[in-house]
Amino acid sequence: MADKKKKPEIDARFKKFGTVSFTATTKVNDFIDYLEDGKVAGTRCKTCGTYYFPPRSQCYKCLDKTEMEWFVVEGTGKLATFSELSYAPVGFGDDLPYAIAVLDYGDYKVFGRIAPKVPMDQVAVGKEMRAKANRLPNGQLNYVFEPA
Amino acid sequence: MSQVGIIGVGQSAFSRGYPGSIRELAFEAFQEAMMDSGVQTTDIDATVICSSPEYDKQRSPAGVIAEYCGLTPQPTFYTETLCSSSSTGLKLAYALVESGLHDCVMVLGFQKMSEISSAESQERMGRGADIQWESPFGTMMPAYYAMHARAYLDHFGVTEEDLALIRVKAAFYGQKNPKAGFKKVVDLETCLSADPVSKPLKVFDCCANADGSSAIIVASEKKIKELKNEKPVWILGVGAASAPVNMAGRDKFHGLRAAELAGQQAFQMAGLKPSDISVAEVHDCFTIAEMMAYENLGFAKPGQGKDLIRNKETYAEGSIPVNVDGGLLSKGHPIGATGGSQIRTIVLQLRGEAGDMQVKNPKYGLVHNIGGVGLYGNVTIMGV
Repeated sequence: MADKKKKPEIDARFKKFGTVSFTATTKVNDFIDYLEDGKVAGTRCKTCGTYYFPPRSQCYKCLDKTEMEWFVVEGTGKLATFSELSYAPVGFGDDLPYAIAVLDYGDYKVFGRIAPKVPMDQVAVGKEMRAKANRLPNGQLNYVFEPA
Repeated sequence: MSQVGIIGVGQSAFSRGYPGSIRELAFEAFQEAMMDSGVQTTDIDATVICSSPEYDKQRSPAGVIAEYCGLTPQPTFYTETLCSSSSTGLKLAYALVESGLHDCVMVLGFQKMSEISSAESQERMGRGADIQWESPFGTMMPAYYAMHARAYLDHFGVTEEDLALIRVKAAFYGQKNPKAGFKKVVDLETCLSADPVSKPLKVFDCCANADGSSAIIVASEKKIKELKNEKPVWILGVGAASAPVNMAGRDKFHGLRAAELAGQQAFQMAGLKPSDISVAEVHDCFTIAEMMAYENLGFAKPGQGKDLIRNKETYAEGSIPVNVDGGLLSKGHPIGATGGSQIRTIVLQLRGEAGDMQVKNPKYGLVHNIGGVGLYGNVTIMGV
């Protein structure tokens, strides 16, 4: 077996994102390392100053002049909207009930889940919340919104 | 520019569990449109087949369906923009005819959604959103529209009861539509006391999956004269736009930007304004979607859509009748067939052939068809 050609290693870190991930490989796989490290991160193109969340490795404005860097999502955002689900798609039933939401940080917005421990009667549009890296019961990683 | 007209329309009944294959389902609408138009298959130069392929086992259904309808060896094209696939198909057909490339084009939309379970279907629909960054959180269509609803209700001080009134209207007209899948009257109390699906949307705020097909035959002015067709409905404006798929990319949630832009384009092309429209079909996959459509199309100012429904202005006798065929809420929503069904309704209205659903002497009609959660917006204006 020793002389058998070695397959190139596939960087499939993104399989760890969310209750069920639908993407294995992406050029922004470092996002997962940030989550492991307790951080939620986006990217910013240094050339044009555009913030990208969700993060991306390519800038459609700067093309070959792009210089992408990571930034950590810090501080608080305003809850732009949310909804609590009573039904879930296949693979997510064990998480019910849960709420999805958008936090507006000004330069960018973040789509995610509200932390399960937050009572829904204390959630309203306009509420200041912060995105926090989170490990799910099945070992996967995501991020959730908690009151500021 | 010469005109492009619609000379034939057809639709299958929309139902849960069509007892046949996709080619047979598509044929039902094809047959009705052929008989409606009086043309032969040899008159049709090309077909545009429209659906969302993830519901099918058949790969590349366009060729299979074109063959089954006797439309080979003519070229066939396939369009997919989720729930707006067949109005995208109409825009493509318009361009093919207006360019002079073809004289007569069949737009055939279909969807057989019943072969997979409702949960599987929700999962597939959820994947019509951003699968890399949103789907891992457990998203589905009702939840996305519910987020728009939450923002809309809070922003304008509109109530869940206002949304329910839209379902009451849809149910009232659904019972008059022989092709609707849901023909029962629904009262306000039933809507308001129903179980939540994704708050604030409840069971009756949501349309149901369905199996169905629709067909539209589009022809050049020259071809229409040759065929001596006496009841063409002219396509006056075709607007189309797209919006960021990820909710994080949206600048607002109390309306759909793609619908606004598509509407503006269609009105400009037609040289008309919202008050010129006599009857409209809007994409009411959820009650909130119809409410936002009132405003995105300019039938009401932002936040004032509630007054249209409270005052019954969108009933057949009102100032701007909307979805008087029962809409998606009553008909059901077979993704790829929906836009064509909306276009068929407006064509029948403009010809004065809408039966119990007919509004009085309509001159201009509008179709608003949305793909995904406002990801794609198509607005089509027609006239006689």
